[in-house]
Amino acid sequence: MKMPLAWLQLTRERVRLLVAVAGIGFAVILMFLQLGFRAALFDGAVRLHASFEADIFLIGPKSSALVSMQSFSQRRLYQAMAVPGVAGASPVYLGFGRFRNPETNETRGIFAVGFNPGEPVFRLGEVNRQLASIRKPDTVLFDRASRSEYGPIAARYTGGESIVTEVNDRRVRVGGLFQMGTSFAINGALITSDLNFLRLFGERSKGLVDLGLVRLAPGADPQRVKADLRAALPADVRVLSRQEYMDFEKDYWNRSTPIGYIFALGAAMGFIVGTIIVYQILYTDVSDHLAEYATLKAIGYTNGYLLGVVFQEAFLLSLLGFVPGFAISFALYDLTRGATLLPLTMDPLRAALIFALTVLMCAVSGAIAVRRLRAADPAEIFA
Amino acid sequence: MSLMPVIAIRRLDHTYGHGALERRVLSDIDLTIAAGELVILTGPSGSGKTTLLTLIGALRSPQTGSLRVLGQELCGASEADLVAIRRNIGYIFQSHNLLGFLTARQNVQMAAELSAGSPTEARALSEAILVAVGLSERLDYYPENLSGGQKQRVAIARALVNRPSLVLADEPTAALDSKSGREVVELMQQLAADQGCAILMVTHDSRILDVATRTVHMEDGRLVQSETAVRA
Repeated sequence: MKMPLAWLQLTRERVRLLVAVAGIGFAVILMFLQLGFRAALFDGAVRLHASFEADIFLIGPKSSALVSMQSFSQRRLYQAMAVPGVAGASPVYLGFGRFRNPETNETRGIFAVGFNPGEPVFRLGEVNRQLASIRKPDTVLFDRASRSEYGPIAARYTGGESIVTEVNDRRVRVGGLFQMGTSFAINGALITSDLNFLRLFGERSKGLVDLGLVRLAPGADPQRVKADLRAALPADVRVLSRQEYMDFEKDYWNRSTPIGYIFALGAAMGFIVGTIIVYQILYTDVSDHLAEYATLKAIGYTNGYLLGVVFQEAFLLSLLGFVPGFAISFALYDLTRGATLLPLTMDPLRAALIFALTVLMCAVSGAIAVRRLRAADPAEIFA
Repeated sequence: MSLMPVIAIRRLDHTYGHGALERRVLSDIDLTIAAGELVILTGPSGSGKTTLLTLIGALRSPQTGSLRVLGQELCGASEADLVAIRRNIGYIFQSHNLLGFLTARQNVQMAAELSAGSPTEARALSEAILVAVGLSERLDYYPENLSGGQKQRVAIARALVNRPSLVLADEPTAALDSKSGREVVELMQQLAADQGCAILMVTHDSRILDVATRTVHMEDGRLVQSETAVRA
């Protein structure tokens, strides 16, 4: 192997290398956290969507998000069941109720989901095991990841207490717990049967549903069935695939809140900070070695070779900074997930993106720092 | 090759600056150096010695006149031609100019890799020449852990590892005490004789003038042709 000049130069000064790696690692962590939080908040917004057991979703055409659904006629579900490849179509009722904190008697808005316990719609084993409980009148399951403003419901329930409180001024009993988590507009959630839901929301009628969940027969082609459903159903209902349904929700929050922008800006700041750090390191490094570079030019090395050395240094720095940055981000994700219940996970695609950004960051710095190389004039070194 | 002079300079002028600031540093230089010669160039500081050395070393582009090094005309040569000619010249600088982050062997190897067939060969050549300059015990030392004389020996090894046809040296003994200075010059003389190359050395050091085959004196940008054959 030829002399790895960039590597030898970087590793000769350990302290400077350590500072550089720490700086780049910091930028990497900043990007991981910002983009991670962004993804986690958007993923949090579709946690309920993701926990539905369905292949195709029916919604009212004027719906804009989970918290703002337009109801449609239950007849559309019966029509959907007639389409070949459809195994079943279940109604889901959604709405905000006023939940009374049993300790303080204050009421707060809580998100309620109602479905027919005879046709389980959730992928959550915990909910499916407690169907008998919500079949009882005025009994609900409470989200233990709800915010604390609703009172210590989960702790007291787990402690064996019987909890009775009011939703929309109607007495209800907490018959069990499940885990969902909060999101942009939802601070807490209840799950109950369709009949209980309609009792709590007296103004709603059974014939108007907020969401239709379509399950396919084994072997049916989802694309084909989706197209058939669109053809078979009138325009007062939208037919969405699972992915489209989740994108519909994320898209709403991305458009109507600055959250996506804020975190993208945070990641951009990480990129800029990293670029400046790497530039500083490379510039100092080139400046300190100008006489040596001039000597290399004098003995016959080309300017291109020296450019290559600086860019190799930039690339090595990006590698050396990314690895610890990635490892620490991984640990921070775990830590944050435990502390906040945000679905913060290491997505390989995001890791690849941030690695590419780190390399780009170092390349940009290298491109600015090599201008300093012009000062390496071999004619000066005999002076 | 042996019949062709290593350096052939005819009517070479050189100026710095432009217009009112124009300053002539070299006027009407004529100089020929053949293979095997060790020529010492003397003269007061500011007389243009260093400029002449950088022009011959292809580190600076000549302006007018003719300057042929190893048969290649440098007047009007491209940057790529200049880089190519530099690879056939060994340079020894006043301050050794070793790369501080490389060991003695790695410093020499950087030069050797420019012409060696493989990195393994470059390494072997570097070690061999470091042994020849008496540094077999210091191969893996960094420059900061070498004495001034040892560093200059590494620089000589680096200059000679590619068996150049021409060696240019600028005050190679200036930073050394008289004993190491003497040793370094004799080492250059001996290695150059072994390899049959020409040496052009700028020096003020009167203690070493006797190693030259002839000396050339420079004053105010002109060569004073008091060429004295010191040795037969």
